[in-house]
Amino acid sequence: MKSPQFDYVRPNSLAQALAILAERGDEAKVIAGGQSLIPTMNMRLAAPSILVDLNHVPELTGIELRGKWLRIGALTRHAEMARSPLIARHAPLLASAAPHIAHAAIRNRGTFGGSLATADPASEWPACCLTLGARIHLASCSGSRVVPAEEFFKGVYQTALEPHELITYVEVPAAAQDMRYGFDELVRRRGDYAIVGLAAQARVGARGALKLFRPNDQRLHEVRLGFFGVAETPVLARRAAAALEGRPLTSEAIQDAQAALAEDFQPLGDLYTSAEAKAHMARVLLGRVLTAMSGGHSA
Amino acid sequence: MSDKTHELTLTVNGERVTRRVSPRLSLADFLREELHLTGTHVGCEQGVCGACTVRYNGEQIRACLMFAVQAEGAQIETIEGLTESGELAALQEAFYRNNALQCGFCTPGMLIAAADLLKHNPKPSREEIRAGLSGNYCRCTGYHAIVDAIAEACGSTEEEAE
Repeated sequence: MKSPQFDYVRPNSLAQALAILAERGDEAKVIAGGQSLIPTMNMRLAAPSILVDLNHVPELTGIELRGKWLRIGALTRHAEMARSPLIARHAPLLASAAPHIAHAAIRNRGTFGGSLATADPASEWPACCLTLGARIHLASCSGSRVVPAEEFFKGVYQTALEPHELITYVEVPAAAQDMRYGFDELVRRRGDYAIVGLAAQARVGARGALKLFRPNDQRLHEVRLGFFGVAETPVLARRAAAALEGRPLTSEAIQDAQAALAEDFQPLGDLYTSAEAKAHMARVLLGRVLTAMSGGHSA
Repeated sequence: MSDKTHELTLTVNGERVTRRVSPRLSLADFLREELHLTGTHVGCEQGVCGACTVRYNGEQIRACLMFAVQAEGAQIETIEGLTESGELAALQEAFYRNNALQCGFCTPGMLIAAADLLKHNPKPSREEIRAGLSGNYCRCTGYHAIVDAIAEACGSTEEEAE
C-alpha cells in the first residue's frame, strides 16, 4: 500500500522546524528515521497533511559528554548508538541494547529520539531511558522543557509531547565505575519486537568514606529494573528491585526478586503470547539478566 | 494540502539524475517506475521483508521506508549498479553454486544485506549470518542454502551445529 498525499517541508534549522510546527503542528507529523511512521502512513493509519523532515536539522545531532551527563541528539541513528565510543564508555546499557533493535537496514535510519517519541511498548530505548532516569528535552516555539523519562511515557504510542513540540536531545547519567548494567530480551527471531525485555542497572558496594571500610562490599543499591513488552508503557519493577536492595547478587537474592516480580505487574497478553506465558518469561529473563550481572552463567 | 511536486537530484549507481516527484512516492517506487531499475523489489511496503534493500550513502536501508524526496543529494546504489561494478560477483557466484535462490524475488535484497554483513564482519559464524539476514525474507529456499552460500563466499568453514 502507498501513503496518501501530503505536503513536504525540509527545515534546515531547529528554529525553522519549530516555526512550522507552531503554525501547522496539529495537522503535521515530523519524520526522523521514518521506520515506524512510513509503514503507518502506507497502511493509512496516519495521514498527516504535512510532513516535516528533521533529517537536516543540525541541532538535533551529536553525542557529547557534559559533566556527569551524556547528551544524545534526538536524530542519532540506532547504528550510531551501537558504534559510538562515547556511548560504549558512558552509557554501556545503551550500547548493549542497540544491536537488539530491529535489523541492520532499519538501524541505519531509525533514530533514538524517534523511538522515544513513537513510544512503542515493546521497543528498547524507552525502557533503557526509564531505567537510567533519563531527562528528555523538548522544545517548541514558546520555549523548552525537560521531562523525566518516568513522566514521559503515557500509554501505547502516547507521550508527554505536545503537537507543537519536538524532542531535541536526551541526557542520561554518565556511568560511574561502580555501576553495573544488564540488558536482554526474548524474541522469536533476532530483530523482532521483544516479547519481553529488561534493561537493568545497579550500583555495587558503598560510596564515599564508607568504601574505605568495606572495599569488598558487593551489596547492590539504586537497583532499577525497566521491563518492556509487558504493559502499555515500559515499567519499573519496584518490588523486585526492593528485594535486591542492600544485598549481594546471590542466587537466593535473585530468586527473591523473581518471586517479587508477580507483585510488580501482571503482563498484558497479546496475539501471540498469553499473559501467563509473558509472566513466566519475565521471571526467566530477570533471572538471566541478574545472573549475567553477577558474573555467573545462567542455564 | 496540495499535489505539489518537488525537484529531486540524486546520484543513482554513479549517475546523476534529476526528476520531479510527488512527496508520497517511495524511494523504491521511484527507482522502479521513474528509473526502470526493477531489481529493487517491492514486497511488503512496511519494512518487514527486505526485498527493497538498497544502499543509501554506503549503508543498507529499506527503499520502501524512505520517500524519494528525502533522498535529495544522496548516493544510491541498487542491485543493478552493484552487479555492474563486480562488487557482488563472489556472492552471486556462491548463490548460484549453492542453489541459494529459487524464484529470485528476495535475492537482490539478500545480496545487499549479505554484502553489508561481510563489510562489518568479514568472517561471520553461521549463527551470525542468520542474525545478519533476519530482516530479509525468503519464501522458497528455507534459508539453509543462502547461509551456505554466504559462508562459502567469505570462506567461513565452520560447520553448523545440528
